[in-house]
Amino acid sequence: MIEIKPEVDRNQLEAELQKLEQQLLELSTKHNIPISELDKRLQELRRRVEQLQEQIKSQVTPMDRVRNARHPDRPYTLDYIKLLCEDFQELAGDRRYGNDPAIVCGMAKFRKRPVIIVGHQKANLNSRKTEDRKMRNFGMPKPEGYRKALRVMKLAEKFNRAIITFIDTPGAYPGIDAEERGQAEAIARNLIEMARISVPIVVIVTGEGGSGGALAIGVGDVIYILENAIYSVISPEGCAAILWKDAAKAELAAQSMKLTASELKELGIVDDIIPEPKGGAHLDHKQTAETVAEYIDKALKFLDSLSVQERLLRRYEKFRKIGSFELL
Amino acid sequence: MAWFKRNKEKSIAPEQNEEKVVKTEGVFTKCLQCSQMLFKRQLEENLQVCPKCNYHFKLDARSRLKLLFDNSEYEEIDQNIVSTDPLGFVDSKPYPERLKKAREATGENEAVISARGSLGGHKVIICSMVYDFIGGSMGSVVGEKIARAIEAAINERRALIIVSASGGARMMEGALSLMQMAKISAALARLDEVRLPYISILTDPTTGGVTASYAMLGDINIAEPGALIGFAGPRVIEQTIRQKLPQGFQRSEFLLEHGMLDAVVERKQLRNYCIKALDFMMS
Ligand SMILES: [Zn+2]
Repeated sequence: MIEIKPEVDRNQLEAELQKLEQQLLELSTKHNIPISELDKRLQELRRRVEQLQEQIKSQVTPMDRVRNARHPDRPYTLDYIKLLCEDFQELAGDRRYGNDPAIVCGMAKFRKRPVIIVGHQKANLNSRKTEDRKMRNFGMPKPEGYRKALRVMKLAEKFNRAIITFIDTPGAYPGIDAEERGQAEAIARNLIEMARISVPIVVIVTGEGGSGGALAIGVGDVIYILENAIYSVISPEGCAAILWKDAAKAELAAQSMKLTASELKELGIVDDIIPEPKGGAHLDHKQTAETVAEYIDKALKFLDSLSVQERLLRRYEKFRKIGSFELL
Repeated sequence: MAWFKRNKEKSIAPEQNEEKVVKTEGVFTKCLQCSQMLFKRQLEENLQVCPKCNYHFKLDARSRLKLLFDNSEYEEIDQNIVSTDPLGFVDSKPYPERLKKAREATGENEAVISARGSLGGHKVIICSMVYDFIGGSMGSVVGEKIARAIEAAINERRALIIVSASGGARMMEGALSLMQMAKISAALARLDEVRLPYISILTDPTTGGVTASYAMLGDINIAEPGALIGFAGPRVIEQTIRQKLPQGFQRSEFLLEHGMLDAVVERKQLRNYCIKALDFMMS
C-alpha cells in the first residue's frame, strides 16, 4: 500500500484515486482470476479508495489557509496590541499628507520593554462592521500609511527601541490617489530604509501577506508567520485571472504559488511558524496572542545578544540569499 | 468635432494593452501613434523613435546598452545565471517550458543583462531589462543579477544605472520573486552608504514590484516620454474603482507632474543626461 504523508497535496491524492479506480476497472474485466480472489482484491481496493476520499475531505488545502488567513474574526494588530502590550500610545500621520487608518503605529510596552509597534489594521478594535472595515480601507494602505510607518520606525531608531510589525493586508491600495502620491515610491523607500534601521525588527505575518503592500513593513531580522497565515506575490484570485485567465482557478493558483506557512519556511522566506489554537486564531485571540508573545520574546532576546553591526549584516544576508538559480 | 477629439485622445494615450512592438511589413512600419508609414531603416537610425510625432517604440535591451556605453562597447557580466523551477510551477504550460521559449525568442538567458564599461569616461555598470523575456518579470535571477551588479559597483567603485522595463514580480516563482524587492533594495542601501551614484531609467512599461523597489530608488529617476509607470496596473485600478482612468494617467509626464521623476528625457538625450549627472556626482 502507498504511504500518504499528511502534507501531501490534493493533486497527488486525486491522481492516486484515479489510479486505483482504474485498477478496479481493469480487475473486474479480467476473467482469468478466480472469482473469490477478484472479489477479495476488489474489496481491498474499494476500502483504499474510501480511505483516500476521506483523507481528501479532511485535508487542509492551501486555499483553506487563504480563507483562514482572511477570516473576518481573526485577531488584527489592535487586538495583538491590547493582548500583548501595556501603555499603548498611537502615533498618527506621515507629516506630509495625512493619516492612513489602514496602518496603525505607536509606542507601547512589551513585557516592560518600550517598543514601537507597526501593523496593518482591517477593522476597529471591538467593532468589525462593514463601516469599520471601510474606514480602515480593508487594511489596504496608501502611500501616507507607509510613510507614517517609516517615520515612526525612524523614531524607534533614534531612541533605540525595538520594532515589532504585524502584517495582514490584501495588498497596497490600487487607486488613482495612491498612484498620484507615489505608492511605488513609498513602498520602495520603506524597503531600502528598513534594511538599514539599526534597531531590532521583528516581523510577524499574522494574516494575509499581500505582496509589496505587506513587504513594505516586512523587512526585518526575524520573520515569523502564523500557522494559517499566507504570504504571496499576488492574490490567488489575481494570479488565476492572469495566468489561467479565470479567477475561479484560485484554488489551483493558491496551490501552485506555495504561499502557506510550511511552504514558505521551506523556501527560506520565514524563520519559524507560530502555532495557532485548534481550529484557527479567530477562535481564541487570547491564546494566539500568548503564543505570539513567547515568539517575540525569544526573538528579542536573541537580537539583543547581537551587536548593531552583526544584526545589520545578518539582516542583509538573510534577504541576500533568498532565491533559486543555477550557473550554466 | 467629436471624431477629431477621439482621434486625438487616442494618439496621445495609446491603448494600455496595445502591443507597442514594431510591426514590420517588409521595409515599412506604421507608427502606433500617428499612423505614419515609416521606413524600418529610418526608424532604426532614429533609435526606434517616430521622426514625425516622437513616439517612443520599445527598444531592446542590447540596443540600450549600445546607446549608453562609450563607443557602444561593454563587457557583459553574470550572463551564466539561469532560473530553476523552485515551485514546480505549471499554469497553461510548465514554467521550464516558458523559460525555454523565452530564451529562444529573445536569445537572452534572463530578463536582465548586466554589463560593465564606461559612460562619458566614468566607470559604470548598467543593468538593462529584457521586456520580451516573460514581460521583463523579476524572479530570482533578475534579483541575483542586479544584487551582484550592485555589489560589483561597490567593489569596483562604479556608478550604477538600471534601465527598467518590467511588468513586475514573476508569479511563477511565488514569494521568492517578491523577496527580490527586499534583496535589491538592501543592496542599494549599501551602494548609497558608500556614496556611489545610481541612476534609474524607467522605460515603457515599468510597473509592480520593480517600480515599488529599485526603479523608484535612484539618486536620479528619469523616464522616457509616454512610458507607463506605476505600482498597480491600470486594469487592476479600473476594476477596483469601477471607473475609467483619466487621460495620461500613469504616463511619464503624469509622474513628473506628481513629483516622482527628476525629468522626462527623450531617448536621444539619455546618454547626455546621464553623462551630465555622472559628471556632477563622480568628478
Ligand atoms: Zn509617429
